[in-house]
Amino acid sequence: MKYETVIGLEVHAELSTNSKIFCGCSTEFGAPPNTHTCPICLGHPGVLPVLNQRAVEFAIKASLALNCTIPEESKFDRKNYFYPDSPKAYQISQYDQPIGQNGWIDIEVNGEKKRIGITRLHLEEDAGKLVHAEGGYASLVDFNRVGVPLVEIVSEPDLRTPEEARAYLEKLRSILQYCEVSDVKMEQGSLRCDANISLRPFGQEAFGTKAELKNMNSFRNVQRGLEYEQQRQAEVLDKGEKVVQETRRWDDANARTLSMRGKEEAHDYRYFPDPDLIKLKIDREWVESIRATIPELPDARETRYTEEYGLPHADAAVLTASKDISDFFQEAVYTGAEAKAVANWIMGELMAHLNASQLELKDVKITATGLGEMINLLEKGTISSKIAKTVFKEMIETGKAPAKIVEEKGLVQISDEGALVKIISEVIAANPQSVTDFKAGKTQAIGFLVGQVMKATKGKANPGLVNKMLQEELNK
Amino acid sequence: MSIFKRQLMDIHNALSNKEMSVSELVEASFKRIQETDETVKAFLTLDEDRAKAKAKQLDEQLGKGDEMGLLFGLPAAIKDNIVTENLKTTCGSKLLANYDPIYNATAMDRLSAAEAIVIGKTNMDEFGMGSSTENSGFQLTHNPWNPEYVPGGSSGGSAAAIAAGQAYFALGTDTGGSIRQPASFCGVVGLKPTYGLVSRFGLVAYASSFDVIGPITKNVEDAAYVLSVLAAHDPYDSTSAEVEIPDYISALTGEVKGLKVGVPKELLGEGIDPDVKNGVLEALKVLEGLGAIVEEVSLPHTEYAVPTYYILAPSEASSNLARYDGVRYGVRADNADNLIEMYKESRSHGFGSEVKRRIMLGTYALSSGYYDAYYKKAQKVRTLIKQDFDQLFAKYDVIVGPTAPTTAFKMGEKVSDPLTMYLNDICTVPVNLAGIPAISVPCGFAQNGMPIGLQIMGKHFDEATVLRVAHAFEKHTEHHAASPKL
Repeated sequence: MKYETVIGLEVHAELSTNSKIFCGCSTEFGAPPNTHTCPICLGHPGVLPVLNQRAVEFAIKASLALNCTIPEESKFDRKNYFYPDSPKAYQISQYDQPIGQNGWIDIEVNGEKKRIGITRLHLEEDAGKLVHAEGGYASLVDFNRVGVPLVEIVSEPDLRTPEEARAYLEKLRSILQYCEVSDVKMEQGSLRCDANISLRPFGQEAFGTKAELKNMNSFRNVQRGLEYEQQRQAEVLDKGEKVVQETRRWDDANARTLSMRGKEEAHDYRYFPDPDLIKLKIDREWVESIRATIPELPDARETRYTEEYGLPHADAAVLTASKDISDFFQEAVYTGAEAKAVANWIMGELMAHLNASQLELKDVKITATGLGEMINLLEKGTISSKIAKTVFKEMIETGKAPAKIVEEKGLVQISDEGALVKIISEVIAANPQSVTDFKAGKTQAIGFLVGQVMKATKGKANPGLVNKMLQEELNK
Repeated sequence: MSIFKRQLMDIHNALSNKEMSVSELVEASFKRIQETDETVKAFLTLDEDRAKAKAKQLDEQLGKGDEMGLLFGLPAAIKDNIVTENLKTTCGSKLLANYDPIYNATAMDRLSAAEAIVIGKTNMDEFGMGSSTENSGFQLTHNPWNPEYVPGGSSGGSAAAIAAGQAYFALGTDTGGSIRQPASFCGVVGLKPTYGLVSRFGLVAYASSFDVIGPITKNVEDAAYVLSVLAAHDPYDSTSAEVEIPDYISALTGEVKGLKVGVPKELLGEGIDPDVKNGVLEALKVLEGLGAIVEEVSLPHTEYAVPTYYILAPSEASSNLARYDGVRYGVRADNADNLIEMYKESRSHGFGSEVKRRIMLGTYALSSGYYDAYYKKAQKVRTLIKQDFDQLFAKYDVIVGPTAPTTAFKMGEKVSDPLTMYLNDICTVPVNLAGIPAISVPCGFAQNGMPIGLQIMGKHFDEATVLRVAHAFEKHTEHHAASPKL
């Protein structure tokens, strides 16, 4: 590639306040259309907005977690445009005095750390949703979402590859999730990402002409969209043509980007200070009290996992990417279970199950304490690793404590030599060929015999012990 | 004395003493409307059935000896840009001809708590944009003193209703003079409170940083009573002030001795009708006679007030009126093929020409590349105008001048000349730019027989002094006692 790619992201996250930003309506997702509305969010004549303090608190919390400075004074502006999903025909947003300014986050791609600048974080209201009626005879508007508080987080043009963009977005999601200010679900639209991308010859300082990319509704599609766009722009430049400044839409079905509108069709939003809202004076003590509520963030946790638990860096990164998983790990370790074993179970069995079933951690019944206890049983030799898998499955489905499952199903490992002696002699008697093979030097034959003992004990025998006893018996 | 000339508290006492019933009072209002409104055309909508039912209910309460609200049983006329639940609120616009609100303005809740009775909604310049009520999308309102003359605007319907004795008090709204100027033209009292004293929740926005609701009444004491009901902090309005509300009634002492009155030379100079000037000078003599100290002062930025106002107010309006797109309420054009057409058709046919003119002005002033030269510059001038007042109020208790440069003009006289019409706002817009309170009280008649208004301006949240001066003046003159022959 002879071009350097320059990417900046604009990320919108819905804040998880109970009520909307300028009225008392609920923000709950998935309610029947237009049931969470009132004259205020419907933009009826004469209504006025009153700012939700919680939304400001969440925006400040997110800003602080993203290392932004919080100005003493902030204000709200109107962004004017006509569209049926915007009942006032303007969006209350923040133009030149955003709540968060000049922040950064660290990302890591292919083992290399990089700091990405955050230009600003501002607070605004979400729009409604258009639903196009079947048969195309009409478009319907659902105003439940209108007025849900949003933060828009704008990065500096510091990202150089689609991979970095994805890593940035994932880190941003983790931080917002850790702060508990947003649900950050791309599929439900509580996290949305637009990207600005341009190419320039290596060494050139001036930015190339950019395209704005929209409609990428998953982390994967953000990367794919940017990869496509990177390729497309390179081809345009290679032909000696110019990249057109425009807005492009990711077309997921055909894996390509399509032009939506050009620069000349760009809106003049006529921003001006909203006269219905007074200036926001942000008290320093309040900011500090909010700062005190920010929990340990993913980077700090990752470092601690490597230092305190001796986990490999890769494991710590996987475990801390999502707050749910990380909290789960933490709690399991608190039961005294060995950290690496807990990590392995989570990254192996648990994540495999979640991926295969398309579920989230909160949707399955297994508890962190349960997992920890199960690992303890395993370490004590009470159950075998084979039985552990059975217990684990049962825990996923029922959430029962492992000791209870073991007891109910009679899964306690047989580690009593006396109980095994008889079965071992029976297996030896029934498999003379294997015995002959073993004695002739084919040591792998013992594996078959161990398997037979396990079968006879319905998996409950301690396989290590069986192996040892068989060796002794055959070598007599 | 016919009932509609009596002061609100006289009537309150008469009701309390069972000299008359609320039903009789309300009947009298509707009878008066029936007799006079064919000529005046003050009302757009009457709410007769509900008003009479409410009157009956209040009479029953009275019978039981329940305590009476401050405005108990008093028939009120409400400007049609104040939102009334289940009572059509059109803002004088064809676009909202069918708009039936699903909520009540805070001001209406407060009137209702004080047990006033709404008898109807009054005509106005569309969305408050105009100085003659000729910009109504529905009808022309006539000045009760002479039907060939305009009632002023934009609260022309409310002022005319009071002058015609159709209601006992009215609510108007004032963005650039829309309470005071029609009060002046119709020979009644109109009070524009300090911005933020009365909740704007449910006042359909024209220019949000100027708009305010206030009373239009027959006399100053009535205005004080209505204001004491309206004035309150409202958590639904972020620009509503949290200030202590004084007792406006006890402020009406009749005393102005030693009070310092500033008279800005800019408001009595060029462009002020000689009759108006004489009326104001006579009024100042009255105040001097009562012991007030009257001095000439200057508001140096007055000449910039009208252009400043006509940049800022339309800028806010261009955004405030964008919601009238025919999507959720109001009249939707049915001949459109697509969304953009629907917007264009609905708005082109729904809005009148003055509204469209101001939307265009405001859109231009806020456009990228023009914002700094127009909107931002105008904001700076607004600050200078505020400072002019601040400096005067450091020395003077009130500032006095005419409410309007002329008395009422004839219907159709200025309607095709918007600039002349805008200049008629010269005496009132500085007050809105500064956000201070001001009252217009009758101070005589011009040679054409039309009333002249005296404007008394006060410090922020000092309605008490404004009312005190107005009341003292009224007490020692007879102008307010005159009424039109209808």
